[in-house]
Amino acid sequence: MTTPPAGHLSANMSLQQRAWNIRRHAIRMGAVQGQGYIGQALGAADILAVAYFRVLTYRPDNPEWEGRDRFLLSIGHYAIALYAALIEAGVLPEEEIGTYGMDNSRMPMSGMAAYSPGMEITGGSLGHGLGIAVGMALGLKRKKNPAIVYNFLSDGELGEGSTWEAVMSAVQHGLDNLIAIVDFNDQQADGRATDALCAEPIEDKWTAFGWHAQRVDGNDIGQLVTAFDRARDLGDSRPRVIICQTRMCKGVPFLEDREITHFVRVEPDEWAKALAVLDEAMPQ
Amino acid sequence: MKITKAPPHSRRKPKYEPRLAPDRGDGERLTTSAMIASLDAEGRESVSAPFGHALAGLATSRPDIVGLSADLAKYTDLHVFAQAHPDRFYQMGMAEQLLFSAAAGLAREGFTPFATTYAVFASRRAYDFICMAIAEEALPVKIACALPGLISGYGPSHQATEDLAIFRGMPNLTIVDPCDATEIAQAVPAVAAHPGPVYLRLLRGKVPDVLSSYDYRFEIGKAKHLRHGKDVLFIASGFMTMRVLDAAERLQAEAIDCTVLHSPTIKPLDVTTIVEAARAAGKLVIVAENHSIIGGLGEAVASCLMRAGVSKPFRQIGLPDEFLDAGALPTLHDQYGLSVDRIVARTRAWLNEGSAS
Repeated sequence: MTTPPAGHLSANMSLQQRAWNIRRHAIRMGAVQGQGYIGQALGAADILAVAYFRVLTYRPDNPEWEGRDRFLLSIGHYAIALYAALIEAGVLPEEEIGTYGMDNSRMPMSGMAAYSPGMEITGGSLGHGLGIAVGMALGLKRKKNPAIVYNFLSDGELGEGSTWEAVMSAVQHGLDNLIAIVDFNDQQADGRATDALCAEPIEDKWTAFGWHAQRVDGNDIGQLVTAFDRARDLGDSRPRVIICQTRMCKGVPFLEDREITHFVRVEPDEWAKALAVLDEAMPQ
Repeated sequence: MKITKAPPHSRRKPKYEPRLAPDRGDGERLTTSAMIASLDAEGRESVSAPFGHALAGLATSRPDIVGLSADLAKYTDLHVFAQAHPDRFYQMGMAEQLLFSAAAGLAREGFTPFATTYAVFASRRAYDFICMAIAEEALPVKIACALPGLISGYGPSHQATEDLAIFRGMPNLTIVDPCDATEIAQAVPAVAAHPGPVYLRLLRGKVPDVLSSYDYRFEIGKAKHLRHGKDVLFIASGFMTMRVLDAAERLQAEAIDCTVLHSPTIKPLDVTTIVEAARAAGKLVIVAENHSIIGGLGEAVASCLMRAGVSKPFRQIGLPDEFLDAGALPTLHDQYGLSVDRIVARTRAWLNEGSAS
């Protein structure tokens, strides 16, 4: 399915290695600014590795190729995670890591379609992505284009009413070409998402609305692969959602243990330490 | 616990005082016009559903056009398009945030969506979605909304008295406020051909036809003269242009000579034409609009005249900065100054003020 990104898939790397590379790119970007939503990037790296190196059809040298699967990032502040994946996928050049969040960068702190190749929509105002995904899925069906629309959204976005308008609509229109991926890390700006506006039982909610729902460990590549394959090959008219339980800062234990991980505080000397910790665990 | 409220900017009467139907003696009753309200103009022909027919016709040669509605197709005249092109009509349900997000998604896939609802819901409820999902990327979504300004007697929930104030601040958005059926029919293809997002203030149902008797052609971004006179310059948009044309006719009988400049594009404003017309105005510049006096055409014109250094006596005809009453539309238009009678009376009074000073 996947068109191999030049010089990347050809290296025949495992998905674990891809995830590890994505984490590495993200930490290097965070180090440029001395800040960033690195917790989300580390937590979502496994999802993005599976998406970009197993699931999505795309051409790294032509991000707007009509036949591509659409990957919509609702959550603008996860941009650092998607840039890391796009770098690993060969859509963005690794040499630009040093520009992350700088003036004139193609990789601003919050993801915007106008700035970055491979960034399909402007995220950041939460609860927009799934509605846009509904429109794109309708449009693809009109064009008889078999591409699939993926919307990567957060558990926090389940608090936005507009998300549920889109959830209802996707069923109404039989959008079997729409797959939502919910990053359920239970962390948002003021603390735990489930303490603020609890979306649980998440899977039951989506199922009740008529979606095919799966809940997996979003840091388990094997579970992700199975879930993505099942979602794509389901063979009925339901839209599909994969709820991915992830751990913020996954892969860098001393950050994982921090109490506040939404915008995790990383001291200047800790970026190199984080890279070193990650490197020690490099998958073989 | 006692509820402390700030004094409202409204002339509403206390709700616990009984009010009986007035005995008019003639058995006639002015009823609240329904949401499907049509505007009348005295002695004018009207055309049914000009927006729906224009769009349905245009779509025959434009396969990229799709129509979306949030359960208001019938009340925005989009049902005409839906009947003509059922496979291109998307009923999105009562979900305006979704309506505009999905329209953005369809635009991203190369379509030209016309998304319709009421002006109140687009401007107030769906603003963030129109702003970030559509305008920020300059996607060609056409936001066509019925009941702009004061066209409903249902009260503030349906009276979009500040829709222009809300939308004028949105970058990339073109705003069109057509006068009548003829202009709507001309505006639809122009709006569809325009590359970016457009907010179109719709008149729907039976829409008067006024401009067909003028040598007029709608162009986005152009204000055009419909009448020349030496005393008063009226600058108007939307149905207020037809009211002002009638007022100008009546003022002529009193030897008050009026220019009428119709400015259907609120943004980008035709600054050149407006400034030239204001420079040439004899005694008074009056901007007339179906909108709050805050943030609409009046203030847009005022600021462009100040920037150009044109200082003429300036007045606004528009809705007050209040939540408006419910009631019958003719009553409300008269009460809030949008009727021809009120335009004539106020213009006369303003001219007298001027000569007294």
